[in-house]
Amino acid sequence: MSADNEIIFQKKIDSGLKIEPKDWMPDKYRKHLIRQISQHAHSEIIGMQPEGNWITRAPSLRAKMVLIAKVQDEAGHGLYLYSATETLGITRNELIEQLQSGKAKYSSIFNYPTLTWADIGAIGWLVDGAAIVNQQSLRGTSFGPYSRAMVRICKEESFHQRQGYEIMSKMSNGTPEQHEMAQDALNRWWWPSLMMFGPHDADSSHTSNAMKWKIKRETNDDLRQLFIDRTVKQADLIGLEIPDPDLKWNPETKHYDFGKIDWEEFWEVVNGNGFCNKERINNHISSHEEGQWVREAALAYAEKTQNGVENE
Amino acid sequence: MSDKNMPTWEVFLQPKTGAPFQHAGNIHATDEEMALQNAREIYTRRQEGTCIWVVKTEDIVSSNPDDQESFFDPANDKLYRYPTFFKVSKKAKGL
Amino acid sequence: MTKELLYKYVLALGDDALIIGQRLSQWAYKGPFLEEDIALSNISLDMFGRANLFLEYAATLKGDGATADELAFKRNEREFCNHILCEQPNGNFADTMVRQFFLDAFNKLFLQKLIESKDEQLSAIAQKSIKETTYHLRHSSKWIIRLGDGTAESHAKVQSAINNLWMFTDELFESNKIDHEMVKQKIGVDCSLIKVEWDKIIDEVLSEATLSRPENSNMLSGGRAGIHTEHLGHLLSDMQYLQRAYPDAKW
Ligand SMILES: [Fe+2]
Ligand SMILES: [Fe+2]
Repeated sequence: MSADNEIIFQKKIDSGLKIEPKDWMPDKYRKHLIRQISQHAHSEIIGMQPEGNWITRAPSLRAKMVLIAKVQDEAGHGLYLYSATETLGITRNELIEQLQSGKAKYSSIFNYPTLTWADIGAIGWLVDGAAIVNQQSLRGTSFGPYSRAMVRICKEESFHQRQGYEIMSKMSNGTPEQHEMAQDALNRWWWPSLMMFGPHDADSSHTSNAMKWKIKRETNDDLRQLFIDRTVKQADLIGLEIPDPDLKWNPETKHYDFGKIDWEEFWEVVNGNGFCNKERINNHISSHEEGQWVREAALAYAEKTQNGVENE
Repeated sequence: MSDKNMPTWEVFLQPKTGAPFQHAGNIHATDEEMALQNAREIYTRRQEGTCIWVVKTEDIVSSNPDDQESFFDPANDKLYRYPTFFKVSKKAKGL
Repeated sequence: MTKELLYKYVLALGDDALIIGQRLSQWAYKGPFLEEDIALSNISLDMFGRANLFLEYAATLKGDGATADELAFKRNEREFCNHILCEQPNGNFADTMVRQFFLDAFNKLFLQKLIESKDEQLSAIAQKSIKETTYHLRHSSKWIIRLGDGTAESHAKVQSAINNLWMFTDELFESNKIDHEMVKQKIGVDCSLIKVEWDKIIDEVLSEATLSRPENSNMLSGGRAGIHTEHLGHLLSDMQYLQRAYPDAKW
């Protein structure tokens, strides 16, 4: 029976059909999805912190509104993705618990600190830029709710990268101090952004099943290359230099060659030893705990009044 | 003390007046008013709707994937339900 | 003369919106749950949008190439004339919601009157803002009811927030020389006239929330004259940091 199911399931995937929550699916597929989608959701949520760090200090009314709207969008993305994960039979509370206990991971990039306003530019341009490459590819993922969340998210993301690039461009062309901040931010965020695509395919333990099940549509290395090719010209255009002496156009492959990524740093940060790992999780825990009495009050009120409708 | 889950609600938006409502996603909320407000905050930030329905997820009755054949296949041989089934002279207008 | 007074009148309205917007924006990623986090950001965005409209108008009245950003980021504590209630710290969720509820109820009544202003700009801003505030009030008053009629803990927290913030509410209805002149010219709103309505809204919601209304003792005011609690200075030093640190930079 299960063998039959598995054949039908794979046939569906191979012919490009979406899998819906109530459809039969291999246990490993479900587990892989829960891990990947929730990790994605947690990244959106934790990703609010480094940018939220500058909301109160944004240097103009316009910049402030744009940044609030952007951070708010990320909350929305986290929410859409939690929803998609919940269709697989796990609750949001369980997901939050996994994040806070360290059982679930989130993108390591958000463990780097935002030191200057230019970092807000660099995050929008590079981090959202890298995320968009990944998310556009995931619109074609085989699990229906995940794919639909991605379609919605990609639509909303379109302004995120532009606002970041606009900040970088203004600063690069501003006063010498501003230019220096912009270049410094690019220097610090470039390599971590490349790491966002994950280890090289040869070293990635999850890639093969994910490709067979069409959860992932393109490999880490292909997506990383696509991002680099796009970004090099953008940096050039605003007078910033990518901090990689080995970066060179390769006319044969029609791609940029680039230098070695420091995977040791990557694994250090993944394993909890980045600048902000502890702080990010502690912040999340304390807001969540501080909110508990509010959630309890709302539940108690709903129970008393049957969904808030006064029964008079 | 472990957290009780706030119930989920399914959100349907009417993109413009007169158009059919479409499923947008879901939200968590404890009461009806909160469900409506949360749906508004999360799914209409870019003017995606002119009217919102929310309904508790647990109140939705859904057919199962197992029902698919018995529910929907019987309709596949009833081509007479479509206008193209009928051959009518091109000269007959307004049909 | 009128232009100078009008400038100060509009500036004060801009400061009210700016300071409460800044306070609400401090909730980003700290909300009690995800949906409410997004809701608080939405209110904050509405308030910054409104601040921008008022301050842009104030800047044109001021002339000399003044801009809204200059008014927001280059004035000192004593030059800010927002109501003291707006600058009060976020505290816990009940503190924030009570502050918001008091302000939303006031703003709704105030904007309804401001729509009738002889000044077209003010009337236009009021017409746009009243829609936002109608929603804000619906949001905050429902939370007051949920918290008041929720658990014993939430009831105690929201009641204590009401008691603590009550002394800043009288200021909303005061009139200074500028207000009197603006009312006389049918530009401004006579706030003493909306107090009765405000009391009614507050009483209705508090009673549904099983909460009680404190005595009117020990009321504080001074915001319109640039007298504030110490909280404002810290809010400004945070908000104005970049503009102050790099005065020649454009952002
Ligand atoms: Fe996002
Ligand atoms: Fe984004």
